[in-house]
Amino acid sequence: MDFAYIERVLPLYERAAALTVQLGMEGILLSIVIGLVCALILYEKIPVLRRIVMIYIEVSRNTPLLVQLFFIYYGLPKIGIVLTPEVCGVAGLAFLGGSYMAEAFRSGLDSVEDIQRESAYSLGMNRMQTIHYVVLPQAVSTSIPALLANIIFLLKETSVFSAISLMDLMFTAKDLIGLYYKTTESLALLVIFYLMILLPVSIVGAVVERRVRYAGFGT
Amino acid sequence: MPDLGLEVLIKGNNLGRLLGGLWIAIEISLLSIAISIPLGILLGILMTRKNRLIRFLTKFYLEFIRIMPQMVLLFLVFFGTTRSMGWNLPGETAAVIVFVMWGTAEMGDLVRSALLSIPRHQYESSESLGLSRKQTYFYIILPQTLRRLIPVSINLITRMIKTTSLILMIGVVEVLKVGQQIIEANRMSSPNAAFGVFLVIFILYFVICWSVSMTARYLERKWS
Repeated sequence: MDFAYIERVLPLYERAAALTVQLGMEGILLSIVIGLVCALILYEKIPVLRRIVMIYIEVSRNTPLLVQLFFIYYGLPKIGIVLTPEVCGVAGLAFLGGSYMAEAFRSGLDSVEDIQRESAYSLGMNRMQTIHYVVLPQAVSTSIPALLANIIFLLKETSVFSAISLMDLMFTAKDLIGLYYKTTESLALLVIFYLMILLPVSIVGAVVERRVRYAGFGT
Repeated sequence: MPDLGLEVLIKGNNLGRLLGGLWIAIEISLLSIAISIPLGILLGILMTRKNRLIRFLTKFYLEFIRIMPQMVLLFLVFFGTTRSMGWNLPGETAAVIVFVMWGTAEMGDLVRSALLSIPRHQYESSESLGLSRKQTYFYIILPQTLRRLIPVSINLITRMIKTTSLILMIGVVEVLKVGQQIIEANRMSSPNAAFGVFLVIFILYFVICWSVSMTARYLERKWS
């Protein structure tokens, strides 16, 4: 181990980790929004939109993120849609994550028993109020473990961003290996930085899962 | 109608080359899954053992593989081991090693939960019939778990096929790389090839993974 080298390249890794986290977070937030909207559309069985959402979920779940990114980054500019690498990365992650989040929310929504909805209607609540005050709070709390698992999955998926020339951790490691040939040190730093990002989320996930198991209603 | 760069695909043998590239990805994932299934069953059985040390080691292995992005694992094997061990590993081999490591971990976890879902009296009954531990697993437990396992392991195959797109990054010439080559070669004659080629690759991946996951869903419904 060449510690002088490690000290020298550490700032590069820090910058790369910041980019990974930032783009990851943006993509995850967007995918949560997309997922929630899609899940509600499926739950409320809104005609036409429901079909579109179902197709979207199948397409997004059955294609790799790298292929999606290549299409967005290299393909779309040819028909006049030019996006920066950052926007491409976030868009790709949101496109991929939206369907996973939708599935997570859907299983949460399905776990809310019909009687909850019926009771809310009989109390005179309208559809929006029922969803907002009765169904969602229960559904979200049961889907939190799945959401956290998806967040870890999506953070891991950010590793393919390097393919569209975003200077994330993978890119930095590969670049440094090529430049200085210090393979062991560069890879060790790569593993450590990914652990620093992913381990806390994974621990939170484990703790929350244990907690939430008691938060379900009537189960 | 703008030029979508689709005509490149019918030129020469380009579509055939793309499919050939895709086949490499599929081959690697099928080979890896074929190796991971027996290893995963073994790991799963080990994970249900009471021995603390075995449980700790298997858990550690599983969690490490799970938490690392597959791309990092690929880099570790492809760049890391070639440097420290001094051998020259082709990208394909590195990919198979990584996918087997990953597949074994995921499979092991699936086997573990399938094993735990087998009621305890199955073990006890077979023991009281005088079957040895090996016989119990072989004749009683594994046949019951296999049925639960097949749909979930098919899901693992789709995940693997999707992940094989990453092997582009360690220099394996698979479908994305072939696509890039085609785009480069036809840069002058059809500048918009990138759209058509990547769209087709997108559709190819979708068709394959979708049909595999449909099969899994069908089996899951049939056998549950």
